[in-house]
Amino acid sequence: MSKPAEKGAHFSSGSTLSSRLKMTLRQHVQECRGGLREIGRTPLSSLMTVAVLAIALALPGVFHIFLKNAQSVYQNWDQATQITLYLKDSTTAKASTDLADSLRNHANIAEVRFIGKEQGLSDFMQWSGFGDALNHLEDNPLPDVLVITPTQSHSTPEKAEALSLELEVHPEVDIAKVDIQWLRRLYAIMNIAEKAVFALGALLSLAVLLIVGNTIRLAIQSKREEIQIIKLVGATDAFIRRPFLYNGIWYGIFAGLLALIMVNGSVYWLSDPVRQLAGHYNSQFELNGLSAIDVLKLLGISTALGFVGSWLSVGRHIREIEPR
Amino acid sequence: MIQFNGVYKRYPNGHEALKNVNFTLDNGEMAFLTGHSGAGKSTLLKLICVMEKSTTGQVLIDNVNVSRVGRRKIPHIRRNIGMIFQDHRLLFDRTVFDNVALPLIIAGYPHKEIGRRVRAALDKVGLLSKEKLHPIMLSGGEQQRVGIARAVVNKPPLLLADEPTGNLDPELSAEIMGLFEQFNQVGVSVLIASHDLGLIARLPYRVLTLKEGSIIRDGADA
Repeated sequence: MSKPAEKGAHFSSGSTLSSRLKMTLRQHVQECRGGLREIGRTPLSSLMTVAVLAIALALPGVFHIFLKNAQSVYQNWDQATQITLYLKDSTTAKASTDLADSLRNHANIAEVRFIGKEQGLSDFMQWSGFGDALNHLEDNPLPDVLVITPTQSHSTPEKAEALSLELEVHPEVDIAKVDIQWLRRLYAIMNIAEKAVFALGALLSLAVLLIVGNTIRLAIQSKREEIQIIKLVGATDAFIRRPFLYNGIWYGIFAGLLALIMVNGSVYWLSDPVRQLAGHYNSQFELNGLSAIDVLKLLGISTALGFVGSWLSVGRHIREIEPR
Repeated sequence: MIQFNGVYKRYPNGHEALKNVNFTLDNGEMAFLTGHSGAGKSTLLKLICVMEKSTTGQVLIDNVNVSRVGRRKIPHIRRNIGMIFQDHRLLFDRTVFDNVALPLIIAGYPHKEIGRRVRAALDKVGLLSKEKLHPIMLSGGEQQRVGIARAVVNKPPLLLADEPTGNLDPELSAEIMGLFEQFNQVGVSVLIASHDLGLIARLPYRVLTLKEGSIIRDGADA
């Protein structure tokens, strides 16, 4: 009753490498579109997911911008480092001006300003609000002062400190004081802020991973039956995985773009008040937005997070679904 | 094409679905597998398409012991087996065309080739005019024929069918069997699980009868 064996069809065994490559490329293009369509299939819930991801990405982005701008501000201040030389009481006016002249020729000093004790007192009376009280003093308690501005290359806290120690050995100088303590503290605070932003970024990146992973897990579960059927007709795990991976990548891209809009939107929103504030300090300071490299970084990170998040989810959950 | 050597299948709950099953289905042969519900028909088919693995014994498909292959190889074995299910297992959110195209898309055929082959398969089962419809708009018999078109679209050398006529009236059942005979005539090996004894008796093919997990009869007529 049966047909002769030699007439029967046989199992096929694989194909050539180049045809397999072409086929893989074709499938990738299809699945890349499929992943996009999947997002469009449930526009509202996809939009909400993208918005949550974008907020998680935008927060460190905004903090990064604040930090960057703060750094650009205090780097300007750095150049305003000054060394104050309080001269001894016994120093004569001539000795003071001689010292000032000789310091003007110092290689590491850009500017020397002499403030005599009388001028110091009148300035102090004018600015401190103790004017009347000072009138009751018998002598002027203030010393002559030389305010030294180091050259730009000697303006860092360390170099200014070294310069002040060098100047302190002059016999006329009583105390040399570098007003850098506050700058040091600011550096330390910025350092902490930088680390905090980094930690926040890391935590929120983890949140993005988990959100994408969970979204993809739900997508996989809602397609449980479809996956079983596709496995039955011979789909590899990789084939089933790919649309979900592309889905995750698209989530990352859209979230990155929306985060960009959020970050630049808040920069734009803040730029006017910041300009006003800077105006009060007689500064031309402008809030800088994301640079081109920052934009690429943000998009790159968000895409990578979308991919990794779906990868973590997809491997496990697709393996679990077997046809019954 | 198919060779069972001393195959036992015991499920984790202790139920012994197959006991010492031995048979060979030659290349290009067509046969029926029959028996009461729970006799082990479905388990036997699942061992062939690697949905289950045998507890002991060999299941050779085209000389490959599929009960011992790694999970990465399983999809490639399934691509050479056309499977037809009683509940059709169609994707209801896709058109008839897309359902039938699925095995070709998975195997990565070029777009043109897919269109050509899908239409040929649909023409074969008489559904060419319905390629744009969704399965839900079709009758049970038509859905089954979509399932058959999907099973044969990539021209597999082996067809397995699990109760393909289970829900169909006698006329439609005979039509479906006619399709299987046509595929068999072009060299495809066919194994059909069915408990429709009347239908089987009218056809001149080998019948394997299962009872409580063992083959109790193997012959040309039931």
